[in-house]
Amino acid sequence: MSARDTILGKVRSSLHAGANDQTRRKAVEERLKKAAPGVVPARGKLPSAQRVALFSEMAGKLSASVEHVRKAADVPKAVTEYLRGRNLPSAVRMGADPRLAAMPWGKQRALELRPGPSDGDDEAGVSHATAAIAETGTLVMTSGAENPTTINFLPEHHIVVVDAADIEGDLETVLARIRKAYGKGRMPRTVNLISGPSRSGDIEQKIILGAHGPRALHIIVVGG
Amino acid sequence: MDITSPTFKANARVALADGQLQKALGNVRAGFIDKRRKAVDALPEFEELRDRARDIKNHALEHLDLYLETYEAKVLSSGGTVHWAETAGQARDIILDICRKADARTVTKGKSMITEEIGLNDFLEKNGIRPVETDLGEYIIQLRGEHPSHIIAPAVHLNKEQVEADFRRVHDHLPDHRDLSEPEALLGEARRVLRSQYFEADVGITGANFLVAETGTSIIVTNEGNGDLTQVLPRVHVVVASIEKIVPTLEDVSQILRVLARSATGQEMSVYTTLSTGPRRKGDVDGPDEYHVVLLDNGRSSMLGTEFQDMLRCIRCGACMNHCPVYHAVGGHAYGWVYPGPMGAVLTPSLIGVDKGGHLPNASTFCGRCESVCPMRIPLPKMMRHWREREFERGLNPATQRFGLGLWAFFARRPRLYRLAAALGIPVLSLLGGRKRRFAWLPFAGGWTRHRELPAPESRTFMQQWRDREAVARQAGR
Repeated sequence: MSARDTILGKVRSSLHAGANDQTRRKAVEERLKKAAPGVVPARGKLPSAQRVALFSEMAGKLSASVEHVRKAADVPKAVTEYLRGRNLPSAVRMGADPRLAAMPWGKQRALELRPGPSDGDDEAGVSHATAAIAETGTLVMTSGAENPTTINFLPEHHIVVVDAADIEGDLETVLARIRKAYGKGRMPRTVNLISGPSRSGDIEQKIILGAHGPRALHIIVVGG
Repeated sequence: MDITSPTFKANARVALADGQLQKALGNVRAGFIDKRRKAVDALPEFEELRDRARDIKNHALEHLDLYLETYEAKVLSSGGTVHWAETAGQARDIILDICRKADARTVTKGKSMITEEIGLNDFLEKNGIRPVETDLGEYIIQLRGEHPSHIIAPAVHLNKEQVEADFRRVHDHLPDHRDLSEPEALLGEARRVLRSQYFEADVGITGANFLVAETGTSIIVTNEGNGDLTQVLPRVHVVVASIEKIVPTLEDVSQILRVLARSATGQEMSVYTTLSTGPRRKGDVDGPDEYHVVLLDNGRSSMLGTEFQDMLRCIRCGACMNHCPVYHAVGGHAYGWVYPGPMGAVLTPSLIGVDKGGHLPNASTFCGRCESVCPMRIPLPKMMRHWREREFERGLNPATQRFGLGLWAFFARRPRLYRLAAALGIPVLSLLGGRKRRFAWLPFAGGWTRHRELPAPESRTFMQQWRDREAVARQAGR
């Protein structure tokens, strides 16, 4: 007997499954089909206008910096200014996201755009978030050539663009959106929920930013 | 790893006399408790979420076979591979086989207690493969040849001076004048050294906080980002997880996530919560070519349907040990195996046997703080009591203890005799207590009186005083 069958057999006999198997199967099927949300904190259920404010506040508390621009076309300038303000080289790693590609990067003459995944030598990377969560100040990133996962972790500074309209109240709403986009039971290869820059408290419980991921997380909220 | 749980008492004695350790343990008391309290107070729905989290896991455990099958099918359909391992040995062999097929020389690892449980690092090393721990705390203890002393803060037993000494010993490229006195500098050094390792590794191994049946997704929850670099850069990603990590849906995960980080570190969310489903896809420019899941039983299926089933709800947040006076006093290594604190006191006898782990459920004051903070509402003290009963039934505790318990049971089962003996004995003890009304020494109770005095009983028994009160109450009622 394979290890698989042995384990499943032991589980079944420990649970005394068998006689009531039909009921059990039905309960499982229904639960998977419904995927009912549970308790969502009041804080996660704010109307749209207040969601943007709460998201900015929560992300700020997590040591991310947040700036607001009026329209997508303002993003390249904001990126340039962020780099200049921190004396960083004028270069960013960026994926093939069409929303980013449509922005007027050409106007930032000195800014070098490096396409593709990060090779670990980038000071700064730019990504476009799929969504964000006001309840916890969390960014939601999905993998693909548009926004390679390596950009979320390797550059020292991670700059994330998010549309104000994509800021949802809670994680449940975001997951329902992903389910709708990818189909029931299917997921992107990687979904990164990011709440602030990387940190560690492993030495004497002292929290230090920039453990293995980015030391700084800068969020540019577009519109709203 | 060598199991030293049978010598818990001796381990504890050494720990209590270790000045460095005692200093470091002060950080546990000072850090975790306050942070958790603040995070919990800031969420009015917290208690309701704990109920939900408990119910979700109960449901998942009651239907575990079916959810495991669903999960497996989903992993396969997303291009991943599922391996089943009944024992630690089987899991090790499966992982070694994956590494060999990938021609792996270096393996990076995200923080994972399950790979500690199966003793993976030693095994890989013996087979010529170099495992590199990438979580800062795990990296430090790997340098020291130690094991984690806490399930979420593996190096919590160390002070920064000790870490500096280890870095200077092992990182021989460091000039003497480099200042490494502060945690920032130590972290910077570890970050620099580990960066190249992520790229060098052929296989990345992580654990999983959750496995989602609905989608075939594995989830890790971290703060440093090391787990993500471990799984996105090498060609092969191996997830090692025990079977009880299954939850039905993404919505169910959302509920448990809200109690996990708050209970663990007092964060509302950990920095990185990563959902992984299968290997690199068409059009992807990064991510692993292969995605393997090793599903480990190692004794869990035998806990189902017993009084220890509730323990399988555990999400490894560490709140129980953060609030445990015994853990505060002796730290994690004294427990002698992988899982310390109250959760370890229940889990260890289940996984390695009560004959080896029997001391651990006795290492409790039954103050109940662990249960009161457990996000999954696991009745830890009750289960420790179950283990004490089993230990007694199997005759594993020392003869003096058994004799004492037997004597007490003899009287306890004969209430009249008990009352008579108490009524005779208590005035005598009360008299012997002297003016201080305390004993500095008592026969057969030297273990107690060596460290503190035993209060002498009052002159009358509880039952006598109770009868008097009842009589007064009856008169007043009339």
